Amino acid sequence: MSITAEPPRQQFQSDANRTSTDAPRRAAVRRALSNYQTARDRTGATFTDWKSARASAATIKHEAVNHLDRYLEEFEKKFSARGGKVFWASDSKQARDYILHLAKEKNVRSIVKSKAMTGEEIHLNQALLEEGYGVVESDLGEYIQQLKGEPPYHFVFPCMHLRRDEISDLFQRELGTEKTDSPEELTMIARRVLRRAYVEADMGISGGNFIVADTGMISITENEGNARLTVGLPKIHVALIGIEKVVPCLADLALFLPMLATAGTGQHLTGYNSMYGGPRQPGEIDGPDEFHVVFLDNHRTRLLADPEQRDALHCIRCGACLNVCPIFKNIGGHTYGTTYQGPIGSVITPHFRGLEDWKHLSGASSLCGACTETCPVGIDIHHHLLHNRRNAATQKPAPGEQFLWRAFSFLMKRPALYRLATKFAPLGGMLHPLVQGSPLDPVASWTATREFPAAPAGSFRARFRAHTAAKSAALKKGGVQ
Amino acid sequence: MSPNRGDREAILGRVREALREEAPLKHPAERSAGGEPTTAHFREWLPPVGASIEERYALFAKLSESLRTELQLCADMAEVSAAIKKLAEEGAWKTIALHEGELTSALVPAFPAQLSPMVLSKGYDKDQLEACDAGLTECDLLVAQTGSVCVTSKSAGGRVLSVLPPHHIVVARKNQLVTDLSEAYASLASKYRDAYPSMISFITGPSRTGDIERILVLGAHGPKRLTVLLLP
Repeated sequence: MSITAEPPRQQFQSDANRTSTDAPRRAAVRRALSNYQTARDRTGATFTDWKSARASAATIKHEAVNHLDRYLEEFEKKFSARGGKVFWASDSKQARDYILHLAKEKNVRSIVKSKAMTGEEIHLNQALLEEGYGVVESDLGEYIQQLKGEPPYHFVFPCMHLRRDEISDLFQRELGTEKTDSPEELTMIARRVLRRAYVEADMGISGGNFIVADTGMISITENEGNARLTVGLPKIHVALIGIEKVVPCLADLALFLPMLATAGTGQHLTGYNSMYGGPRQPGEIDGPDEFHVVFLDNHRTRLLADPEQRDALHCIRCGACLNVCPIFKNIGGHTYGTTYQGPIGSVITPHFRGLEDWKHLSGASSLCGACTETCPVGIDIHHHLLHNRRNAATQKPAPGEQFLWRAFSFLMKRPALYRLATKFAPLGGMLHPLVQGSPLDPVASWTATREFPAAPAGSFRARFRAHTAAKSAALKKGGVQ
Repeated sequence: MSPNRGDREAILGRVREALREEAPLKHPAERSAGGEPTTAHFREWLPPVGASIEERYALFAKLSESLRTELQLCADMAEVSAAIKKLAEEGAWKTIALHEGELTSALVPAFPAQLSPMVLSKGYDKDQLEACDAGLTECDLLVAQTGSVCVTSKSAGGRVLSVLPPHHIVVARKNQLVTDLSEAYASLASKYRDAYPSMISFITGPSRTGDIERILVLGAHGPKRLTVLLLP
């Protein structure tokens, strides 16, 4: 869970201990992700050259992010000319206050929302509910998580960790529906409930996958059609979107939409990819009277100011790095305690929310590089995790660790002392069972879940000496003949 | 902070300050055979389509099948009418929503007697549209590479006609089929110039979700069925 009183590091540790031993949940997550892997490999293979496509995507995002001011202004100019309004929010509070104020000013009663991780980031739903607005999540997975009172487990697949019987029980409890084990029937229950929400809502809130500078449009990618309805029926549309999501030209989407779909879900293209350039235009029969875009900084400029890691802002939130990550598969999404889970979340969260509190996420990686390999815009994710580790160490080295390294280097520089120390290692091994499991055990955190390896009888140096002596003796013997 | 635009100047100031130091481009796009960087020519890295209209159609048909889009070739408008009549009878439809258009309007006189049309105009009743059995629209383009139908708020009866009724029927001509999204965007740019409709949407198959155990279910919120009737 993301909202706990525990400090992030302790919360991560205790959740990781619990979830990594929850074998049935891990199996469910693995099963869900194996379908993804097959679909993605199949679709990826239809590309003439995925790697070159990826280099093109990286180059375009590099251009966009490194000239962000120019493209944001271009968007604003084009979008305003078509009747849209842009609000620039430095932080969560400014964004929330703007949306709340707008809802109040326009006498909004009910709100329907399509999936927006920025909404999770600024805790928008809580703020709206506290002010007395009804707000319904319309993406099926988000709707399930909203009913459950839990944040999304994965920023693309919000309820991938739940089994159908758990969802059926949830619907039975919250909506009074009959028990069913059919995913189709469960989907149809949500469909019935939510269709009323679209028709009745007077405000629709969405996120946005891309800010298109040259035509002043917001592009939204989805599969269910819930975003189409969310921004089609209510009279006010608010899109809450991070400032980094820019692409220079509408034509760039011809590359990004297929890549996002392939990397995100293994589809050629997701069900609905829609570009919105303003509220209802003259001559159109429907669409909102007002379209507000809220640009969210919320410390994105802090990451932007780090040229070494700036490319982390190229991320298009496809979620592929989560899907391939061995750590994610074992500890699950909630353990991270962040809005953005998995490898990319571990890279950006310390920039967004402070290195001191979130540096432990840099360790939530085996550095296998699967995330970097799979990223459709070529972000060096696992290298950035290393950069964060380095930055954390220079900022404030842990005192115990400092002492250990000093002792180690002291020993390594004095061979005689080192040899003496290795002689005592087996003695330590013999004494260890006396304290194992007690508070005096110096390696308790290791032995809680694993065996401590026994020290070998002889050191490598001793064995090497014996080995070479035997060999030269044999040679000498051979030489006599 | 200005009440209208918020922290605009402060954010742009932080962005400019942050960008004073350049970031290295770690994965530059390779150069294509012509020597130009491939960002302008990324089309060549995407899934191949084929140059001829037959190849384009073959790929569109293949993808439609895997997407569960019901694609039907119709020789003339009479065949389109017959196809709609058949669907209406099978589904026991009572109402069908549509927009005024060259193709859609021409189909109304041939609707079966028990099927009443709802022609959308400004200020239509949302509840009435929600209760319709089907929605009939034209489209701007069809895209071979992705199996998509491209609709806009100008060409397809606004924003929700193509997504609110449970069955979406598209009437199109075969020459609306383009190769890929690049060609689609170029075509939209020349058609609309600077006056783009407020919505452009690429619809790829009927509405779908995999949110429960990653199992595919059609008709999550939008249409459960998508039928494309294609004229020569």
